[in-house]
Amino acid sequence: MSETLLDIRGLKTHFHTFGGLVKAVDGVSFQVDKGEVVGLVGESGGGKSVIGFSILRLIDPPGRIEAGEIIFDGEDLTKKSEEELRTVRGGEIAMVFQDPMTSLNPVYTIGRQMDEMLQLHTDLDASARRKRCIRMLEDVGISEAESRLDAYPHQFSGGMRQRVVIAIALLAGSRLIIADEPTTALDVTVQSQILKLMRRQIAERGAAMILVTHDLAIVSEMADRVVVLYCGKVVERGRTEDVISHPAHPYTRGLLDSIPRIADRQRRLQQIPGMVPDIRKLGEGCSFRDRCSRAQPLCAEKTPELLPVRHSLDAACHYPLNEAEA
Amino acid sequence: MTTPVLEVRNLVKTFHVGGGLFERLRFEKGRFSAPQKILRAVNGVSLSIAPGEVMALVGESGCGKSTVAKTIARIYEPTSGEIRIDGEDVSHLASRQMRPVRRKLQMIFQDPYASLDPRQRVKDIVIEPRRAQAGRAMSRKSLEDEAVALLARVGLNAEQANRYPHQFSGGQRQRIGIARALSVRPKLIIADEPVSALDVSIQAQILNLMMDLRDEFGLSYLFVSHDLSVVHHIADRIGVMYLGFMVETASRDQLFSRPKHPYTKALLSAAPTIDKALRKPEIEIAGEVPSALRLPQGCCFRTRCPFAFDRCAVERPALRQQPDGSSVACHLSESTA
Repeated sequence: MSETLLDIRGLKTHFHTFGGLVKAVDGVSFQVDKGEVVGLVGESGGGKSVIGFSILRLIDPPGRIEAGEIIFDGEDLTKKSEEELRTVRGGEIAMVFQDPMTSLNPVYTIGRQMDEMLQLHTDLDASARRKRCIRMLEDVGISEAESRLDAYPHQFSGGMRQRVVIAIALLAGSRLIIADEPTTALDVTVQSQILKLMRRQIAERGAAMILVTHDLAIVSEMADRVVVLYCGKVVERGRTEDVISHPAHPYTRGLLDSIPRIADRQRRLQQIPGMVPDIRKLGEGCSFRDRCSRAQPLCAEKTPELLPVRHSLDAACHYPLNEAEA
Repeated sequence: MTTPVLEVRNLVKTFHVGGGLFERLRFEKGRFSAPQKILRAVNGVSLSIAPGEVMALVGESGCGKSTVAKTIARIYEPTSGEIRIDGEDVSHLASRQMRPVRRKLQMIFQDPYASLDPRQRVKDIVIEPRRAQAGRAMSRKSLEDEAVALLARVGLNAEQANRYPHQFSGGQRQRIGIARALSVRPKLIIADEPVSALDVSIQAQILNLMMDLRDEFGLSYLFVSHDLSVVHHIADRIGVMYLGFMVETASRDQLFSRPKHPYTKALLSAAPTIDKALRKPEIEIAGEVPSALRLPQGCCFRTRCPFAFDRCAVERPALRQQPDGSSVACHLSESTA
């Protein structure tokens, strides 16, 4: 039986802007088991990145976590003090961002930034730390690791920097890695190298990962389970193969149909009509209804709840697709 | 034989980098020198596009695909080589002489935020190229009517014509950019990563619109993209670029079913896909693209190629036509041909 590492229940992160209340994350619940990769997908404005930041409580005003529990290894992170959280950030839970330059300090060498991590989270002496850093750089595929320790971030290419960031994330022995669009800034051949590296390292260390991405293809290759977000709410979640092959929510179906398929080329792509509504003006009802071909009067009256549909799938839809339609 | 809308021969574009004279100035062995650093962005690229055809250029960042597009649009001056638009050599025309050519050639850009003037109303943005071409020959009223008609064609209504760019979403702005390009009824549209900044559901809308417009107006596209699935969807023919060289050109079906160049194979196997059946045994390539400031001797791809042998380091392979009509620049394809 797999053990739950992270359990997010009813998370609400809202931003109080002058333009109105932005419910960026509005009642999101999902779990991450040990050793598992969970993909958070959705288009811009879905709230997927804000969830990642909320887990580490890196939400600055005007944003605020309004409600919900974030239970990591049995303890609620929303109730911890700033002091306690500091050991969690970068230690138990590490983050990898889209742009590696934002997470590396340009004025310190790679070695110093890696060492800092070990100083904070381990009791090793200087020479043991250095050895560990070198081995980690080798593990993430950086050659001549010893001399590279004295290099600065700008001396590395984008792909190499992302390897360094991953090395730092793995160094402290993090049990959960939140990767926010980790390969979006990279070229495809480098992307595939990095994704393989992350998958291998996570499997070897028995860590878990939350992979935040807009790219369903990456999720389908990497994730064990998928959570699909739309306008701050979970619209569908389930095992990856169920979500990709027979989704229950019309939005997920629409997203999948929008991707040009090499195996099955159509003259025209299926498109989701319209665009994402203004998140400040969402009222009662399903937020996808204006773009949905299956919408009925009920969809405007009542917000659908996330309920089990079939197999591993939960969907928030009054009229979910059955297996044959999907 | 019809005249190609676009014909490019041996296009070369280099940039001088490394700063001004005083930054480059060196004093060595009793002598002053100011060595030039030359970035070789495009190294002898040839291509041609027939009327109504969609040709795509793919490759990773720094491969020169956008530079090719911008040089053809004469945003850059070519270092050498020939560019013919509808038969006319435009390689070295001055910007004033280029003006009539721009009636045949328009461009759509990647960033729908940076490519629209924030202080102009959308109807003025859209009709600007048309106005520049017509001079005073068109009345204000007829220009405005035309702007509204153009916007309607790309799915925006008359009321939106009076708004400013910031009031539109990314997808809508890309529609505005397309309407602007259409305003002079061009034969060729150069689209530089037109959908890569957009969410997938919006991307599908824009790709469908571009395909509809091609059928309706008989447009040709030069479509620059890094996304193979998008390219597969839209292109008739595809050119794969690496480090400023064209390494393979082929029809869509040939390229995706029988890629010949090792780099093309690697690119295809690296692209993530939701179709499990398509996950092929991978050709893994290690490392990253070398610098365009110091091109490798011989084949541009040999530093990462799993099949490289002695000859690759000595002799640069030429792009040669294969029996099936595709062209490949690889010594391995020569020996088997």
